[in-house]
Amino acid sequence: MAEQDWSEDKKPFWAISTVPLLWTLVFFLVPMVFVWLYSFGTNQGLTEIEISGTLDNYKRATEWLYLSIFAKSLAVAALTTLICLIVGFPVAMAITFASEKWRPWLLLLIMLPFWTNLLIRTYALMMMLGSQGYATKAANAGLGALWGGSSWLKSLFGLEPLPTWEPIELLYNNFGVIFGLVYVHLPFMVLPLYAALDRLDKSLIEASLDLGAGHFRTLMKIVVPLAGPGIIAGVMITLIPALGAYLTPDLMGGTDSQMIANVIERQFKRANDWPFGAALSFLLIYVMFIIIALQSMRKKIPEVSK
Amino acid sequence: MGVFSKTARAPLEYTKTLWMRGWVGAVMLFLYIPLFILMAFSFNDSKRNVVWRGFTTKYYEKAWNNTQLWDAMTNSLTIAFFATIFSLMLGALTAVMLWRFRFPFKGAVDGVISLPIIVPEICLGVAMLVFFSWIGWPNDLVWPFNLGAIIIAHITFCFPFVTMVVRSRLASFNREQEEAAKDLGAGEWQTFRDILIPHAKPALIAGALLSFTLSLDDFVITFFTSTPGTDTFPVLVYSLVKRGVTPDINAASTILIILTVILTAVALKFQDAQSIAEGH
Amino acid sequence: MSQPIIQIRGVTKRFGKMVAVDDVSLDILAGEFFVLLGPSGCGKTTLLRMIAGFEVPTEGQIIIDGQDMSRIAPNKRPVNMVFQSYAVFPHMTVAQNVGYGLKIAGVGRAETDDRVREALELVKLGGFEDRTPDQMSGGQRQRVALARSLVMRPKVLLLDEPLSALDAKLRAQMQFELADLQDKVGITFVTVTHDQDEALSMASRVAVINKGEVSQLAPPSDLYEYPANRFVADFVGSVNIFEGKLTVDEKDKAVVDCPEVGKIYMDHGVTGAHESQVWVAIRPEKMLLHVPGKGDAVKAAAKDAPEGHNFARGVIKGMSYLGDCTLFEIELESGRMVRVRRSNISRTDQYDFTWDDKVSMHWNSASPVVLLA
Repeated sequence: MAEQDWSEDKKPFWAISTVPLLWTLVFFLVPMVFVWLYSFGTNQGLTEIEISGTLDNYKRATEWLYLSIFAKSLAVAALTTLICLIVGFPVAMAITFASEKWRPWLLLLIMLPFWTNLLIRTYALMMMLGSQGYATKAANAGLGALWGGSSWLKSLFGLEPLPTWEPIELLYNNFGVIFGLVYVHLPFMVLPLYAALDRLDKSLIEASLDLGAGHFRTLMKIVVPLAGPGIIAGVMITLIPALGAYLTPDLMGGTDSQMIANVIERQFKRANDWPFGAALSFLLIYVMFIIIALQSMRKKIPEVSK
Repeated sequence: MGVFSKTARAPLEYTKTLWMRGWVGAVMLFLYIPLFILMAFSFNDSKRNVVWRGFTTKYYEKAWNNTQLWDAMTNSLTIAFFATIFSLMLGALTAVMLWRFRFPFKGAVDGVISLPIIVPEICLGVAMLVFFSWIGWPNDLVWPFNLGAIIIAHITFCFPFVTMVVRSRLASFNREQEEAAKDLGAGEWQTFRDILIPHAKPALIAGALLSFTLSLDDFVITFFTSTPGTDTFPVLVYSLVKRGVTPDINAASTILIILTVILTAVALKFQDAQSIAEGH
Repeated sequence: MSQPIIQIRGVTKRFGKMVAVDDVSLDILAGEFFVLLGPSGCGKTTLLRMIAGFEVPTEGQIIIDGQDMSRIAPNKRPVNMVFQSYAVFPHMTVAQNVGYGLKIAGVGRAETDDRVREALELVKLGGFEDRTPDQMSGGQRQRVALARSLVMRPKVLLLDEPLSALDAKLRAQMQFELADLQDKVGITFVTVTHDQDEALSMASRVAVINKGEVSQLAPPSDLYEYPANRFVADFVGSVNIFEGKLTVDEKDKAVVDCPEVGKIYMDHGVTGAHESQVWVAIRPEKMLLHVPGKGDAVKAAAKDAPEGHNFARGVIKGMSYLGDCTLFEIELESGRMVRVRRSNISRTDQYDFTWDDKVSMHWNSASPVVLLA
């Protein structure tokens, strides 16, 4: 429907727009600008910060120590997204092709965890993956048995037996972080995938099968390419928040599983180095913008589908 | 082609295949087992709560008497309540502004409004912390005003989501209804109130639910803007998890999970009734 | 003579570089059923919306009942509009819809109820007060929209393509009902349509709009029998138009020499012809076919025209039997195709002609119309 030029009806325009615009300005733009300014500042004493236009913070932020944490965060987020994609795609397909009766229930079941409190969910995972948790015990039992069995087999053949089994830990390490991130973000991945698959013209799949292609080939050559935009949407909705995740790595990660958000938090709480934290924050924002820009550039390349 | 199916089915009924059902089942287990364990352990008769020792309901009683828990829950609900109301208003206004008007720098405004959705929570939290400390927001207000900073922060990151939801609903509005109202003598405000808002109602409800959930669930931003005495439920659980959790937290969590399920069911029922009423 | 209730003075509307309405001036008289007729995109709807107040003229004035509307917002004008999509409020009952304008005007509950009931009776929806729009058909919703506007007792009722969304039978019925309604209520109706049947059957006067300009403003019969130019002749009804040279132009006769069809003789002079190049329009029903072997066009034509005028010969290349009449496509000797319409007066008339028949046709000297543009 046609838009109206604001100048034609100024009173309603201002009546509608003033509060949101002011709010965004005061409570969003201004704080962001402050952070940006701080990133060029230095600590003076315990509470004062002088904005001296220095680039020291950024220089420090790009040292190997911190760059490596950035890189690792990106890697963890990427891995999480990949796992979510692989796990979530069949789920999205299952929902799309489910009967009318089941579909709303399946959707509900996938979305319900999303509505459950994040901390509750994380805590539940920790219970399960902790050293006394059932998952750990089960995994260790299973893997331990496998290990013991292989060791015994080896000794049968006169080979040296394997070293004694050390129980693996599922928590307070990278495994825990990735497990936790996948757990939290899986529902976010499934929804856009489902939306894209739902919009797919089913007769295209039927045509492909009719022409002799197998299911798997049809999946790879027809379904996945056409669901492209949905896949990208799901990836963005998972990758970006995972990159900036704080809670999961903090609760479920060990000392070497820190992600960038944890480092930033430390600057503002314990280390009390706000300018540095500000610089790190903005670097994170820039990285995200780059990712988004890359993705929208990709969109502009015309689809060569079918 | 018959490799994947065990039962006779039409080629496109993927969901009937065994492996697909197995996969979905596994994913559901993955998602829900931790929650079930957590709920089960709320009945565990052990203070340290790592190994099952026996069945008891005493921790539900403990949770009921835990003032710290109640305070945190109250704070969470209060913040979510106010944040939702204001986010709804701001979000709806923004959606109407973007839908109805053409104005200079509209593209930029559109982008800025959606920034809170994209910017990582940690950066938003940091920005809020910096802002409130710089303007010297008082730390010693009485309840509920001490929640003010948190509420403001929540509104800021919630209302863009409401905008998104409402805006897509407005896109389906028949402009001629607005003109008809004006033709019959309605002024701007009357048209807005009598015609536009009823049309937007489903989106307003969805936006309110979304906003409420986001606020209730939020940890990072609240963590950065909270002061002593303003702990919300997530913040409380966080500090307890770090220090040592007792089963009464499990009990409270279980209750919360059940409430969520009930609320969702109610919301769905309401949604269905709505759809029928609107003849969809 | 009725007084003008709407005066449109030199109104132009531009959207950027595009001119939608170009310097239009016309008067709409009180109590008439006025129709704006034209093809899609000709500017008629824009003109209607300017009267309602939803578009503002770039130039010119619109005066309603003696009052200049330039500064007056749509919700303050003494006109009401029935929209193309009907725009019935989906979340209100029929009674609430129809009473909406009255509520805004501050009319009391009792009076509102009375007037709503009256309006619904008028549009034959008595008793529908508590229904909701989703329980009603398109035609019924239109009546609700009508009632909603009429209950306000406007000076002018504007209707935007009122019949376009209805099926053929309903359309025919509504044409009668609208004309009847207007007669009963007595207020001025201004309708926009692209359907010339609608226009001809309902209107007291029609303004044919082409590319933002008024091509002709006249009662329906004048439009049909005395079109002012080729556009109107072609848009309203179907027509055969021949180009030719005006060789004779006197007070009571005129002759045009058309290479495609021969000499055309008319029993009236042409007014305002300055050049010799003109066009002649002859409607398909006015060309009379002669059954091969049973009559001759030349002789028939000679009854009211000099020899050698007002006839033609050709071959039937197409036939469409429509029940009450048959449409013929005939290729003349010059190669030109003409359309001829023949009523099937007796039940065996349809067998008189068949494809590739050689035929002759003639027309009366009162039938052709000269077009100068």
